Amino acid sequence: MKDFEPKIVCFLCKWCTYSGADLAGTSRMKYPPNGVVIKTLCSSRVDPQHILLAFSKGCDGVFIGGCHPGDCHYQSGNYKTKRRIILLKKVLKQLGLNTNRLRLEWISASEGKKFANTMVEFTDQIKKLGPIPKINCE
Amino acid sequence: MAKPKIAFYWCASCGGCEEAIIDLHEDILKVAELIDIVFWPCAMDFKTEDVKNMQDNEITVCFINGAIRTSEQEEMSKLLRKKSQLIVSFGACSQLGGIPGLANFWDRESIFASSYGGKCPSVDNPDGVVPQEVSEVPEGELYLPRFHNTVKTTDQVIDVDYYLPGCSPAPYLTMQAITTILSGDLPTKGTVLAPNKALCEVCSRNDSKPEKLSIDKINRVSLVEVDPEKCFLAQGIICMGPVTRSGCNGENDGRCIAANMPCRGCYGHPSEVHDVGAKMVAALASVVGLEDEEDMSEADVQKLLDQIVDPAGTFYRFSLAKSYFRRKIMTDSKEEK
Ligand code: SF4
Ligand code: SF4
Ligand code: SF4
Ligand code: FES
Repeated sequence: MKDFEPKIVCFLCKWCTYSGADLAGTSRMKYPPNGVVIKTLCSSRVDPQHILLAFSKGCDGVFIGGCHPGDCHYQSGNYKTKRRIILLKKVLKQLGLNTNRLRLEWISASEGKKFANTMVEFTDQIKKLGPIPKINCE
Repeated sequence: MAKPKIAFYWCASCGGCEEAIIDLHEDILKVAELIDIVFWPCAMDFKTEDVKNMQDNEITVCFINGAIRTSEQEEMSKLLRKKSQLIVSFGACSQLGGIPGLANFWDRESIFASSYGGKCPSVDNPDGVVPQEVSEVPEGELYLPRFHNTVKTTDQVIDVDYYLPGCSPAPYLTMQAITTILSGDLPTKGTVLAPNKALCEVCSRNDSKPEKLSIDKINRVSLVEVDPEKCFLAQGIICMGPVTRSGCNGENDGRCIAANMPCRGCYGHPSEVHDVGAKMVAALASVVGLEDEEDMSEADVQKLLDQIVDPAGTFYRFSLAKSYFRRKIMTDSKEEK
């Protein structure tokens, strides 16, 4: 799958990972352009419905970036996110999706390097998985 | 003036929705003299030809129950759409795929392999006969409808005007729907003819939910003694009330709740929910393991959530065919880390 450029949706918490991504940009760090960023108020603002919709519309990967445990601007949103993603992965697995297509990371505003590296890794991982299969509803 | 013509049809259904029409009892007699029933294969002798011979839009309203599993059901639905002014998608199977929609966790090949390939203990098929769409017999060719790969909802196959939710729809809602339609004062197209509140909002057990609900153990109704007054979720029992439309029992507790059983979600979702399974993930993950969330490692959370047996089947019990994915993806199963 040499020419496959994955489509990735990145939901980034504005208080941490979004700023981290900004830092990666202003510091001119290199990372693949496959991720389309959607800024959210908190990682817990990402409804699992958004994630399923993204996959069902043909996104090859979904990335969620939130604040480190203890750092959530709203105290505990990221704990909730963690539980949701774990439960959602169980459901996605039953729906036949390779759950490596979904990734949650804690990346702070100062971790531009971590953001860039994560994007490199995640894009590479999705490339290896290939395009998300079309759902055959015949 | 000619009486309005009404039709009832069933696709992949259990017959319960037909029963739900019979359950209107003498109420049906009140409208029976105002209408003509022109097609109802379950209860009266009609043939497909009778429908084919009708004018387009001749039927005032046609109620279709059951999901679309085969080509025949699809063709009949299309024919009835052509002959009817209004189509009401009747019951969970028609609206959401319902229980037959759970077959979307498999595909045609795997279903045939299990049903006819000797894996199904209740099927005696020593010669491994597999039904064919066309078979040659001395008298000529015989045809069977095509078994689709995926179970569909009625509105995935034809245009639908209204929905009556439920497995099966409550008789009072059906009566309301018939009366409304006969009055000619039609609701907006696409309306679900039931309240739009979530079941929890009308539930008498709602007040027993603690302010900060935290579940540290998932229980199953068959394995614990159920408190008849306390919210099921507060007892660690999965109840679909938060993501399910109310109306199965009027403004009272859901029919199952009143019988001390948790809601399984047959009325489908209120309009602000789009994917029941995903919404239930959000609702449940918000309250499971809330208490010590700061101290829980990923493994702890995993262990806690692993207590939920078959989450997808539980959350999508009635709505898999209507979910964003509509079915299981059969080909993305590369080795996972
Ligand atoms: S909705 Fe329920 S009662 Fe109606 S056909 Fe489906 S399974 Fe039967
Ligand atoms: S979760 Fe179930 S038992 Fe609890 S309030 Fe909602 S409907 Fe009632
Ligand atoms: S309580 Fe839930 S599962 Fe039971 S009838 Fe009502 S909506 Fe359906
Ligand atoms: S504010 Fe960043 S995860 Fe909640």
